[in-house]
Amino acid sequence: MNLAFRDIRYHRGRFILTSIGLGLLLGVVMSMGGIYRGLFADALSISNATRADLWVVQKETSGPFAAISRIPEDIRYRIAAVPGVAEASPLSFETIQIERGGKPFRFFLVGYDLNGFGGPPVIIAGRGIRQKHYEMVVAQGMKMGLGEKVRLGLHDYTVVGITGKMVSSGGDPAAYVSLADAQEIQFKSDNDAIRNQRERIAARLAGLPTLSPPQTKFLEQNIAALTESTHTVNTVVARLAPGANLQEVQERIGHWNHFRAISDGEQTQILTKGMIEKARMQLGLFRIILLVISAVIISLIIYTSTIDKLRVIATLKLIGAQNRVIIGMILQQSLLMGVIAYAIGYGIISLTYDRFPRRVELVAGDLQTLFVIVIVICTVSSFVGIRKALRVEPAEALGG
Amino acid sequence: MYAVEVERLSKIYGRGETAVTAIADASLQVKPGELVAILGPSGSGKTTLLTAIGLINEPTRGRVILDGTTIADDGWLPEIDLKRVRREKIGFIFQAHNLIPFLTALENVMVALEINDLTKREARARAVELLEALNLGHRLATYPSFLSGGESQRVAIARALANRPKVILADEPTAALDTENGKNVMALLKKLAVENRSAILVVTHDHRMVEGFDRIFDVRDGRIMGER
Repeated sequence: MNLAFRDIRYHRGRFILTSIGLGLLLGVVMSMGGIYRGLFADALSISNATRADLWVVQKETSGPFAAISRIPEDIRYRIAAVPGVAEASPLSFETIQIERGGKPFRFFLVGYDLNGFGGPPVIIAGRGIRQKHYEMVVAQGMKMGLGEKVRLGLHDYTVVGITGKMVSSGGDPAAYVSLADAQEIQFKSDNDAIRNQRERIAARLAGLPTLSPPQTKFLEQNIAALTESTHTVNTVVARLAPGANLQEVQERIGHWNHFRAISDGEQTQILTKGMIEKARMQLGLFRIILLVISAVIISLIIYTSTIDKLRVIATLKLIGAQNRVIIGMILQQSLLMGVIAYAIGYGIISLTYDRFPRRVELVAGDLQTLFVIVIVICTVSSFVGIRKALRVEPAEALGG
Repeated sequence: MYAVEVERLSKIYGRGETAVTAIADASLQVKPGELVAILGPSGSGKTTLLTAIGLINEPTRGRVILDGTTIADDGWLPEIDLKRVRREKIGFIFQAHNLIPFLTALENVMVALEINDLTKREARARAVELLEALNLGHRLATYPSFLSGGESQRVAIARALANRPKVILADEPTAALDTENGKNVMALLKKLAVENRSAILVVTHDHRMVEGFDRIFDVRDGRIMGER
């Protein structure tokens, strides 16, 4: 006869409520694990989708995600000419926050060369960008429909396609536009600022008596062209030809003035170790604390439940029950509670993880590990109750 | 052969000046099928004597022999598996019934049988037979909290009888019952003692409940003062 099951059947209300409570706690532990994995996935989302072997950025920076990096767009041609490089493509990145529907609307704008790579990895609705201007592809997370328009800088952009769960390392959904549009959005000043800038240049040149009026005019135009140029990018990504030596290519570009070539592996390290390390540690610590709390709660529940049953245990001992019967009753109850709580937690998190504001990635390995931990916690916690139960004397069953 | 033999049994709590003698030099023999009362006021040592015979309380001195097997001789004999002896040879009936609250009447009897390694089917058949014999056939699936005091005590008796023990020890089995139910329980015990050839020792302080018992031992201050 399974005494644990029968006790649970009799006290099912209490048992279910306790399991739900514990299940919610385990659900939080699972979500923490999912958020932790989600942080990784988010951090590497764009980097992985780009499938670049090298990220060429501004010298002495860890750009383009972890630090600001600005390099001239035309360096792409020089990079493409390096032996071993198969293709090179410029990219620009910018976090943008606008008002939409009266609420702040934040996203990560990626500008890419329509003839290069680094654009949306997949189109799940609509189409990719075909025109050089004013079209955009947005990530699912932006919750925008095809044909919807959004004003960025001086122009309206129309959503022509939807891509998957692309996000920045900060968790903001990604939107893709052509490189030219992205550069304009990021680098182009407004008309007043351009006018003021030109007047400042003209005033300074007019103060130089050695310049003739045609020279002044010539310089005005060229300086303005330089200062108003938007041909700047945050990085140029490169893919190597099969068999090419990554380190050699990296060293070669590293010898150039003003540039740093970061391998994809290094970029992953920068994104994971540098950018999300503290968040990862925070989540890890929080998970440990929650697991300790779960262990304490399970121990208390089992101990209280054992205390409630001391007379029953004494009676069982008096009628000759072996220790294994009593140990089995307590241990099975503890394990059953753990398993049911785990199932409840898993059910809750499976139904809700898609609704979390940030990505929650439930990894089978993590869930299995947590299950084993829960079983270990339940087993160890039940020792408290078992120890108490084994000390009960059969004589305690006697008397009124 | 006696079902129970107690020879010069003593139980002393503590040592030296603080020692308290709960039972002193108690001797008695009970034959199979006998219904015996141990009668005495509170604190007289009658429950201590019962627990020593029931292998719960280790005697300080003296011998306890159950069904021909020596269990204690100036303390438990190390080669004796007390739990096994309790399981196989002794049935207990308590003052407060001590039914397991989360088991039905049927399961309360079955648990004693399954602990003694009977299969579920065998245990069920025996438990049903016992409960029906005690007029509880209609209460098999009822939890103890829904049974009356008399019904609960009858379930407890069924559990005590389940393994056909040689000895049944009852500690104030009528204390929680009204007089009529108490007398019914005692009558039932007498009937069972005869039918099952079990020796039944009943500890009680209530003189009214021992009518019709085969023998009555009076206990005072830890000593058996006499036999009626």
